[in-house]
Amino acid sequence: MSLVTDAKVIQNKQVIPGYYRMDLAAPSVTERARPGQFLHVRCGSTHDPLLRRPISINAVDRRTGEVSLLYRVAGRGTSLLAGHRSGDMVSIVGPLGRGFTIPEGNEKVIVVSGGIGIAPLYFFLQELAGLGIKATVFQGAATSQQVLLGNEIKELGHSVFIATDDGTRDFHGSVTTLFENYLQNSDFAPGPGAGENLIMNKSYACGPHGMLRKLSEITARWGIPCEVSLEERMGCGVGACLSCACKVKTGDGGSVYHRVCVEGPVFQSGEVSWE
Amino acid sequence: MISDSDNASISKPDLSVNVGGIRMKNPVTTASGTFGFGPEYAPYIDLNRLGAIVVKGTTLEPRAGNPTPRLVETPAGVLNSIGLQNPGVEHFIDEALPYLAGFDVPVIVNISGDTLEDYAGLAARLSRAGGVAGLEVNISCPNVKKGGMQFGGDPAMAAEVTRAVKENSELPVVVKLSPNVTSIAAVAEKVAEAGADAISLINTLLGMSVDIKTRRPILGNTMGGLSGPAVRPVAVRMVWQVYQAVKLPIIGMGGIATAADALEFILAGATAVAIGTANFVNPRATIDVLEGIEKYLSENGVGDIKELIGAAHG
Repeated sequence: MSLVTDAKVIQNKQVIPGYYRMDLAAPSVTERARPGQFLHVRCGSTHDPLLRRPISINAVDRRTGEVSLLYRVAGRGTSLLAGHRSGDMVSIVGPLGRGFTIPEGNEKVIVVSGGIGIAPLYFFLQELAGLGIKATVFQGAATSQQVLLGNEIKELGHSVFIATDDGTRDFHGSVTTLFENYLQNSDFAPGPGAGENLIMNKSYACGPHGMLRKLSEITARWGIPCEVSLEERMGCGVGACLSCACKVKTGDGGSVYHRVCVEGPVFQSGEVSWE
Repeated sequence: MISDSDNASISKPDLSVNVGGIRMKNPVTTASGTFGFGPEYAPYIDLNRLGAIVVKGTTLEPRAGNPTPRLVETPAGVLNSIGLQNPGVEHFIDEALPYLAGFDVPVIVNISGDTLEDYAGLAARLSRAGGVAGLEVNISCPNVKKGGMQFGGDPAMAAEVTRAVKENSELPVVVKLSPNVTSIAAVAEKVAEAGADAISLINTLLGMSVDIKTRRPILGNTMGGLSGPAVRPVAVRMVWQVYQAVKLPIIGMGGIATAADALEFILAGATAVAIGTANFVNPRATIDVLEGIEKYLSENGVGDIKELIGAAHG
């Protein structure tokens, strides 16, 4: 099956103001897609805007062959995408990139999202539910109206804790503060130096750069491995143009650029050079 | 509807071209910096179908490249400031060349340096490596502090670099010119006098973009190189001018996305064409252009692509 496909739009609807969900008939994608991967989507049919847009895979239905994209309308490309109607065709390339590592055993899984960062994590949570793994999810949003997929995540059987910047729902403040409070107050969460009592095995995150940097500090302090999904301006999506570079630490204290589209978008938070 | 037997009776047009000693089965190649070292696009196209592969710019030592953001989208184009990120010539010879040797495609290596000695050293090293069909001398990258466009902006310097490469290599030498000059023909003439076997143009046009929210330049390196369909008329004009100025074969590039675009360049004087930014949008762009050219020749009764080279000059 080709990695370049014209997919039919099943539906494309606004879920909350400024945020859309597009369902595409793309069995070639659903067969292969792994959580954390993305599609490179052509938003219009002319040369302006020219480039495709990398959009993470939000959900797949392998039974129907449908793939869902959840996206925020941020500029001209995504505005054009939002104008698509059911029956329209959209050119997609993918699935592309390296996704999240799927836990194998009885691991305790923490998921932390900020804003639209929940999009790829929902697919991950879908997969976990299929494997019978229950995750603890910390979800941050600007306001109560912008909490995406909170109920759907609960329906998958995961626990959800929500933080809003304006305090209109649940915890008032940043999702990283909520997560750190949880670590400090939870009965089973280990403190620094808890050693063999460490139960919280792995964390997974996607959100704004500042949030991920903060989370990287917290998880490092608590000794919790963390995988982060990064975003960078992308040209080709296949590793040729070298525009979506991300600074990654090398063993000797230096750093090298990796490609978010091929070596990422998911990286170990400890290897990212946060600046 | 044409039956198979009818098809068999129509002889296929001759697409082969010779670019300064580099024999290509068709005129479609890739623009350096837009196609990696080849494997990036192998999942999308059969690399064997390309006329040649021009690989990512290579320097003597590895280069980290410029800070991000490295890319900005502009109307019908993109600005980039990658900064020649590459793993260095030894890594290229050890890792990329053996992979490319598995394909029946001439490999043209784009070389870049800070000094004349760098160019000379690269030319000598790659000539010994085997598996290289030609060198493309980059004297036109706008994104590096030293060398690059400084060489390409001065006809005398461009000639010196050309000479240094020719003296250190038996391989065909294609010199890639910068469009950021007053007279492209003057540079082409000097490069031809210095012994270049072919000329490729255009490299990117120096440009920049400012973020009105932060009120700062967007690119990490402030300025960058503009490519994509937006630059095509400038590139066609320069191919036209260079075709009139020198007798060397030209690899034309700059915003080619379709066969019609490619044919414009060929009619203006290009012997071959390179697909660059279009690969990012359509990973099959090279093959789509190639198939479109074949179709055009068949439909217009042109038996040999060479009949079209420079035909617009009358």
